[in-house]
Amino acid sequence: MAYIGNTDADRRIMLDRLGLSSVDDLFTDIPAEHRFPELELPPAQTELELLRDIESLAAQNAAGSGMLSFVGAGVYRHFIPAIVSYLSGRGEFATAYTPYQAEASQGTVQTIFEYQSMVADLLGMDVVNASHYDGSTAVAEAAIMAVRSTRGRSRVVLSGTLHPEYIQVTRTYLKPQGIAIDVVDPPEAAGATGPTSESLLAAIGDDTACLIVQNPDFLGRYVDLRGFADEVHARGALLVVHVDPIATALFTSPGALGADIVTGEGQPLGIPLSYGGPYLGIFAARKELVRKMPGRLAGQTTDTTGARGFVLTLNTREQHIRRDKATSNICTNQGLMALRATIYLAAMGPKGLTEAARLCYQNAHHAARLLAQIPGCSVLPGATSPGAAPADVFFKEFVLRTPVPAADVIERAADAGVIPGLALDRYYPKRTHEILIAVTEAYSRADIERLADAVRDAVTKSADAPARKEAVR
Amino acid sequence: MSSFRFDSPIPPLLYEISRTGRRAVLLPESDVPETPLPDHLVRSDADELRLPEVSEQDVVRHFTKLSHANMSIDTNFYPLGSCTMKYNPKINEAVAAHPGFAGQHPLGRVSDTQGALAVMYRLQHMLAEISGFSAVSLQPAAGAQGELTGILMIRAYHESNGDTRRTKILVPDSAHGTNPATVTMAGYETVEIPSNSRGTVDLDALRAACGDDVAGLMITNPNTAGLFEEDIVAIVDAVHECGGLVYGDGANFNAILGIVRPGDIGVDVMHFNLHKTFSTPHGGGGPGAGPVGAAPILAPYLPGPVVTRGGTDDGDYRLTMPDRSIGRLKSFHGNFGMLLRAYAYIMMHGADGLRAISENAVLNANYLRVLTERAFPVKFKRTCMHEFISVGSVYDGVSTMDVAKRLLDYGFHAPTVYFPLIVKDALMIEPTESENRETLEAFADALQAVADEAQSNPDLLHDAPHTTPLRRLDEVSAVRNLVLRYQR
Repeated sequence: MAYIGNTDADRRIMLDRLGLSSVDDLFTDIPAEHRFPELELPPAQTELELLRDIESLAAQNAAGSGMLSFVGAGVYRHFIPAIVSYLSGRGEFATAYTPYQAEASQGTVQTIFEYQSMVADLLGMDVVNASHYDGSTAVAEAAIMAVRSTRGRSRVVLSGTLHPEYIQVTRTYLKPQGIAIDVVDPPEAAGATGPTSESLLAAIGDDTACLIVQNPDFLGRYVDLRGFADEVHARGALLVVHVDPIATALFTSPGALGADIVTGEGQPLGIPLSYGGPYLGIFAARKELVRKMPGRLAGQTTDTTGARGFVLTLNTREQHIRRDKATSNICTNQGLMALRATIYLAAMGPKGLTEAARLCYQNAHHAARLLAQIPGCSVLPGATSPGAAPADVFFKEFVLRTPVPAADVIERAADAGVIPGLALDRYYPKRTHEILIAVTEAYSRADIERLADAVRDAVTKSADAPARKEAVR
Repeated sequence: MSSFRFDSPIPPLLYEISRTGRRAVLLPESDVPETPLPDHLVRSDADELRLPEVSEQDVVRHFTKLSHANMSIDTNFYPLGSCTMKYNPKINEAVAAHPGFAGQHPLGRVSDTQGALAVMYRLQHMLAEISGFSAVSLQPAAGAQGELTGILMIRAYHESNGDTRRTKILVPDSAHGTNPATVTMAGYETVEIPSNSRGTVDLDALRAACGDDVAGLMITNPNTAGLFEEDIVAIVDAVHECGGLVYGDGANFNAILGIVRPGDIGVDVMHFNLHKTFSTPHGGGGPGAGPVGAAPILAPYLPGPVVTRGGTDDGDYRLTMPDRSIGRLKSFHGNFGMLLRAYAYIMMHGADGLRAISENAVLNANYLRVLTERAFPVKFKRTCMHEFISVGSVYDGVSTMDVAKRLLDYGFHAPTVYFPLIVKDALMIEPTESENRETLEAFADALQAVADEAQSNPDLLHDAPHTTPLRRLDEVSAVRNLVLRYQR
């Protein structure tokens, strides 16, 4: 076997030392009737055979066949500088574990400290932890932390324009703990844009621990949160804001807006889409709340000679010390993904990150303008014309309303090699004529024009003749 | 004295070498008609984005030097008990980086993602076969999330039977801390079951704790002492007889591939740690992946979506939600990149190869146990599985931590220390199957040398480590004077 260290001769020597005649003798504690089952598995492949298998599987994915996709909805195709994979692939990072022995793990612990520092600056927040599994579990853990941080308050209010899957994950996490969830005005109807500030504030009651809003929201809209935190605090609740980390380079930081806890999906920071993970759950809080935080934290200290170094700290919050009284059962963080984000932020720098954010904004608005010109199509929230400030603000994602079913538009455009975006009826069944479209700095002007052309053709053809599936029905 | 040396000093923080105007990545100018920014919403000068400004070479040198300050499987023997620090095949990384997978959006149409779905379907099937379960969900992002999944499934099962009296989960005192923390997150109460002198569950105490208020048992088998719970059938029967279900913590599954299937001995639900058993990289603390397998009684409650086969125009494979699913545990479909690596690993082994992994992991552990027991006594003097526990505090004035730190000077990562809690001053040693006999013998020699030093020159241990880039770090002052980010 390729990955087993010993030879037959080694095994013989080792068994002799143990006074055993066969390896089987090591397993006598296992009930005899269940010992050594026959496993029905495919025969072992060599590396070469495996690669052939993988090539043929990969070719069955759109990404492996050269399609141009504008699907976003929480995770995005962004530019990833070459050094991110180059450096994060180093075995000294990838094949180390949790820095339990800090003296032999400074590479990992210092990286976490630098991650915490850079993300804290990006979000305008005091404290960032070493990360959660993804944006959705960060939101769920933020809700639990808010309940723990506000005595006697056992409900949480979620904006209806939080990512629908995040709402589902939050339900899974909160239900067994008896924490009630109020979801305000989910945008289920065609053209709906979700709750207003007034309706969100009105939903905060005496027993509400926190209000969770996503900004930009699931439909791409950037919500003006100036002054909003004061209103939430006046009602005794905490404000949790879920962000896109690239957007925070451009827009006022959530910390400056008064958020108490900030979560984010860190995938845009140098992490590949990889069909759903692994990603990076960003989690930040004001310093007053640090002892209620879940997850690992790296802190600065000194060694016996006075030299600076870093260790995991405030461990008494965590499961391996506190067991059933811990702030969460989380054990690992997303170490390798946090490393990628740290390298990405270092490589981009403040200027590069801001430029990327501006390009997202410009490219998305250009796409929205072109698409809004297609007969029968319109853009939520509000189309814009060159030179004019948009009536309603979005960042890199928006909703296109189509005169024919979105599924038809997508299917026809896909035949031309373009996937224009996500059909919104995946999450809101009544929204059959709307597509959620994401455009980032990674797309060229030519890509955007190809998108507009593909959608125009698809809309025209669908209006002329219903798509194949419609015709069958 | 060891010849091992870390080869470069630790670099300063990137913030400390930052110079205004230095750049690594340049982006193109916008070439589309300009849209004005909403000035009232953009960052103000007071809220200026302050990140390090460095060149690309600065970044490369920084992280390369940082990497040199780590021990890792690629560079050192890393016998961290309960963590299964085995070799991580590099083909796994090549497979996961394939643009057809790495570039695939999770919300791609079903017809556009058949390759990814096929990998998930096959992995579900293979994990079920290896473990003896009827169905597997790949959703959970880590072992701890897999545990939560299992207990939520048990909870949903009892609730769907209208059985709401059950509020307790039995957890042996040798369990990982994640077990009791998980019980709390699942809204249950932990009842700790003591271990006996042989290091396994006290069967009488377990039977006494079983009652109609027990929702289930969480059991790690082999347990954290590295021992197979030889009473497992009686344990499972006792829990089932009182109406409870059995959750198997798969942290130590590396010992029993092709040796025994948890599903066959009555375990109802179990998680797999793909980053332990199936060689996905530990990544300095994640990402993991914690798929969950279930017996028929619990399979309808698995989190979703799962991949099923058959019957649509869009392709053979599709995503579906199990009938009575507890819901989603994370966004999208699990840590797919980790799933791909585990798929590659299993495909390269086959049934015989998997059994060989466990046979060699257990043989290595027993050989090392015998080689080291003179230096540091082994707590449970019997055949172990993939790991064993030594007592690190047998020499006057020398602690387990001193021994661990001194081992670093010999070029070995330390074993897990002070765990499990049932053994005072434990050193928990897990060599894995990928290490060869010479490495095990060199490690045993190092342990003997450390034992000798503990008697002849204990200060050598008190002051250890000596060869790492930093000397022993002060964890107490880190808590007392909390600095969690760069201070300007």
